[in-house]
Amino acid sequence: MAQQLHVELVAVEEKVWTGEAEMVVARTTEGELGVLPGHAPLLGQLAEPGQVRIKLAGGEQITYDVDGGFLSVTGEGVTVLAESATPASPTSPAATH
Amino acid sequence: MAAQVRVLRQRIRSAKGMKKITKAMELVATSRIAKAQARVAASLPYAKAITGVLTALASNANVDHPLLVERPRVRRAGVLVITSDRGLAGGYSSNAIKTAESLIARLRADGKEPVLYVIGRKGVTYYRFRNRPVEANWTGFSEQPTFADARLVGETLIKAFASGADDEEAHPGPDGVHGVDELHIVYTQFQSLMTQTPTCRRIGPMEVEERPRSEAAPGLLPAYEFEPEAEALLDALLPKYVNTRIYAALIESAASESAARRRAMKSATDNAEEMIQNYTREMNAARQAGITQEISEIVGGANALAAAGSEV
Repeated sequence: MAQQLHVELVAVEEKVWTGEAEMVVARTTEGELGVLPGHAPLLGQLAEPGQVRIKLAGGEQITYDVDGGFLSVTGEGVTVLAESATPASPTSPAATH
Repeated sequence: MAAQVRVLRQRIRSAKGMKKITKAMELVATSRIAKAQARVAASLPYAKAITGVLTALASNANVDHPLLVERPRVRRAGVLVITSDRGLAGGYSSNAIKTAESLIARLRADGKEPVLYVIGRKGVTYYRFRNRPVEANWTGFSEQPTFADARLVGETLIKAFASGADDEEAHPGPDGVHGVDELHIVYTQFQSLMTQTPTCRRIGPMEVEERPRSEAAPGLLPAYEFEPEAEALLDALLPKYVNTRIYAALIESAASESAARRRAMKSATDNAEEMIQNYTREMNAARQAGITQEISEIVGGANALAAAGSEV
């Protein structure tokens, strides 16, 4: 079993999602970015409007629409800071990659 | 006598009505405290994360952002006072205002001109009644603030702070806006259900704490990559940080407000209960006195009749 990423998605008013994942995909102001376990420490500002996709071990994928977000990658895991985060509607075209 | 009993009965009825209302308000406030505390707890992960990110950023970037550097000459200082929208919360609002007033006096003594920003209807009325200018005010969310409210307030404050940078002596700068050089916030800290303390904090410019590395984070801080570069990130993050600080102050004040209201309503309920008890006693005594008098009148009348009859 491959190494897992510890992911935390926190909005100002509550902790939205936390758990282990295979990969986190987000778009910063500089461009699309995928984070795998062992990624170098990174701080990034997410593009607006942004989407964060969390790929779980089972091949499942969770997508959140994120507003005013930041991405912080450290040795311990990935933290996504957002002013607000809502689960993306499955019908939105951007959700299907 | 009968009149007195009737009056007392009416008083008891109105005291009972009051007790019903205060009891209901007490219960509502109690449930709101729990809700507000839950929201304080829910906001902690974000606060912790953003502080961590800022720490990482500050130790990697130049900390000369306008929100971090003290201005050489402070002319105007913004003061944000958080009060409640509704009364019946004991000394909650007036304590916050009192703390704000002492802060304002201190600022004046330092030669700074205070500029008022007020949240909550009680504070707005206080300053309007005294004809004191209020730069901006927000009402309607003191009991259940959302982050959107905090952001609204924060944006106004940061704009004022940013436009204060180019102000000249007593005149607005080239941008034509008379801004502020400092930002203070007065809110009520929730210490326990019984104790809430009004506190003032400076939120702009922020105080940068230098800590020895071993204490801040054991081991070396990782060398971060930044996207975009650190200065731009700081630019984007700091206003958000100010907003979260305001949000934190708002929800803590909301918890304090509910706690203060609960306490005030509890003592009002207790008072009403005592009043009802006293009036009931008085009413019973009055009724008894009435009965006693009636009986003695009847007995007296009968005796008089009997005496009159035996004489004939």
